[in-house]
Amino acid sequence: MQLILAVQRKFNTYKNSLNRRRMQDYIVIVLFLLPALVLFTLFVIYPIFRSLYFSTFNWKGFGPAVDNIGLDNYRKILTDEVFLKAIKNVLLIIVLSLGIQLPMAMILAVLVGRDLPGRSFFRTIFFLPYVLSEVNTAIMWMLLYNADPARGFLNAIMVQLGLQPIAWLADMKVVIFAIFITLTWKYFGFHMLLYLTGLQNIPREIEEAALIDGATPIQNFFYITLPLLGSTIKTSVYMSVLGSIQQFILVWVMTKGGPVNASETMATYMYRFGFVRFQLGYGSAVAIIMFILCMIFSLLYQALTRKPDYLTGL
Amino acid sequence: MGKYITTPRWVRKGLPRAVTYIFLTCATIMIFIPIVILMFGSVKTTGQMYSHPYSIPNPPNWDNIKLILSTPSFWNMMKNSLIVMVCTTAGTVIICALAAFVFSRMQFRGKNFFFNLFTIGLMFPINVAILPVYFVLRQLDQVGIPMIDQLWGVILVQIAFQLSGNIMILRGFFTAVPTDLQDAAYMDGCTNFQFFRRIMLPLVKPSLSAVGALVMIASWNDLLVPLVVLNSNNLWTLPLGTMQFQGQYGQDLALVSAFVALSAIPTIIFYFFAERQIISGLTAGAVKG
Repeated sequence: MQLILAVQRKFNTYKNSLNRRRMQDYIVIVLFLLPALVLFTLFVIYPIFRSLYFSTFNWKGFGPAVDNIGLDNYRKILTDEVFLKAIKNVLLIIVLSLGIQLPMAMILAVLVGRDLPGRSFFRTIFFLPYVLSEVNTAIMWMLLYNADPARGFLNAIMVQLGLQPIAWLADMKVVIFAIFITLTWKYFGFHMLLYLTGLQNIPREIEEAALIDGATPIQNFFYITLPLLGSTIKTSVYMSVLGSIQQFILVWVMTKGGPVNASETMATYMYRFGFVRFQLGYGSAVAIIMFILCMIFSLLYQALTRKPDYLTGL
Repeated sequence: MGKYITTPRWVRKGLPRAVTYIFLTCATIMIFIPIVILMFGSVKTTGQMYSHPYSIPNPPNWDNIKLILSTPSFWNMMKNSLIVMVCTTAGTVIICALAAFVFSRMQFRGKNFFFNLFTIGLMFPINVAILPVYFVLRQLDQVGIPMIDQLWGVILVQIAFQLSGNIMILRGFFTAVPTDLQDAAYMDGCTNFQFFRRIMLPLVKPSLSAVGALVMIASWNDLLVPLVVLNSNNLWTLPLGTMQFQGQYGQDLALVSAFVALSAIPTIIFYFFAERQIISGLTAGAVKG
C-alpha cells in the first residue's frame, strides 16, 4: 500500500513538473512570437487582403469605397498599353541583367578568385555602390547623364570620341538602357559577392585535380567551377529577377517613368496611380498583379531548383 | 617537360596576373567615376560646375558644404534619419531574435504553418506592398492610432518588412548552435528564457550584429516608406530630403552635389567600418533565402 502511494506521489510530481515545463514552453513560444506575428499580420498579411478587396472598386480615396466594379480594374490594367510597356521594360531589365550584369559579375569574381593579392580591396570597392542609397545613386548618375556635352561626363566622352551626344534620360529609345547601366553599377557588386563566397566553398582539390589531368583554365571554368556554383547562381538569378520586378526608386528619381512612359516599370505605374492620381482601387489591382507575379516566380523557382545541388546535397 | 622549363615562371604566372589587374583596375575606375565627379562637384562653385563640370576643383570651394551644414533643416533630417534607423534596427534585431529562437529551438503544433507564413513576406517586398500598407496606415489613423506623418509609422512599417528575411537568417544561425548545450542547460534547471538570454544571445552575437548592420543600411537608405508616410518637412529623413532638395534646386548642380555628398558620406564611412558584418549578413541571407 505504501509502495503504491509512493509510486503515485512520484508519478504526480513528475506529471506536475512536466506540465509546468510544457506550460512554461508555451508561454515562451507565445511571448516570443507575438511581436513578430502582430507586426507581420498587421502590415504584411492584412494589407494583401485589404487591397484585394479595394481592387474591385472604383475608388478615389474620398469617403468609403462604394462603386464595386468587379474585375474591371484588372481588365483595364491588363489592356493598358502603358502597363504592357512597363511589363516589357521589366522583362528587358531582367533579360539584360541575366545576360550582361550577372555574367560580368561572374567574370570579375573569377578574376579576383580565391587568392589574388588585393582580393579584399577589390571586393570592398566593387561592393561600395550597393550600400549607397538609391536616391544618391540616381542623382549621381543624373549628373553623368546630363545631355549637354559641356556638363555631362558621358556625353563629353562621346564628343571626344567623335560621336554624337546622346540625350540619355530624355531619349525614349535610350532611357531604359541608361537606367540599366545605373542598375548594373549599383547591383553587380552584390552578385559578385555571392559568386566570391560560392567560389570559396569549392574545394581547391577538385580544380587542382582537373588541372593535373590537363584541363585548360577555360575547360576548368565551364566544366568544374560553373556547375559547382550552381546553387549560388540560382540564388543570384532569383534575387536579380525579384529585384527587377519591383524596381522603383532609381527610376522614379531619374525619370519618373518618362519620357512618355518610356522607362515605366510596374512599381512606378502603381505609384503613379496610387499616390499621384489617387485612383486607389486601380492602384490596388496593380499591387495585387505584382504580388501574384512575384509569387508565381517564387513558386516556379522553388519547383525548378529542388534538384539536388552538387556540393551541399541540398 | 621541356616546354615548362623554357617559359620562366613569372611569365606563366605574371602575365595573366597583369592582365587581371589591368581589367580589375578599369572596373574600379568605372565604379569610382560617378562618386568622384560628385565629390568634386560638391566643392565647386556653381560657376565652376558649369565651366569645368568634371575637373579637379582647384582651389576647392567649401561654400556649398558650409551653407548646407549651417542649415538647421539638414541637421533635423539627419536627426530624423538617426531616430528611425536606431529604432528600426533595435526593433528588428530584438523581434527577429525572439522569433528565430522559437523557430529554431521550440517544438509546437503549427510551427511550420507560422514559419511558412513569414516566407510570404519574401514575395511581397515593400516596393510592391507600399500602397496596400498605406491603406492600413490610413485605417489605423481613422480608428485613432496616428500613423500617417509620424516617425513611428515609418519605423513600424520598416520593421514589419524586415522580419521575413532576417528571421530566416537568424534561424539559420540559431540552429547551428549545438543542441547539447540546450540539453545541458535544461538539465541544470535553466528555463527557456534564461537559456535564450544567458547562452543563446552571447553565442550568436556576431550574427546579430550582421543582421543589425544590414538593417541599419536598409533603414538609413530607405526612401519609399518615408515618402509615403511623412508629409511635414520637419519630419523628413535624409533620403526624402535629398529627393526634395534635388527637385527644388535641381538646376544648381554644385549645390545638389554638395547635398548628396554630405548625405552619402555617413553611409560610406559606416560601410568601411562594418563591411565584415554587412557582407557576412548578406551572404548568409542569400544562402538561406
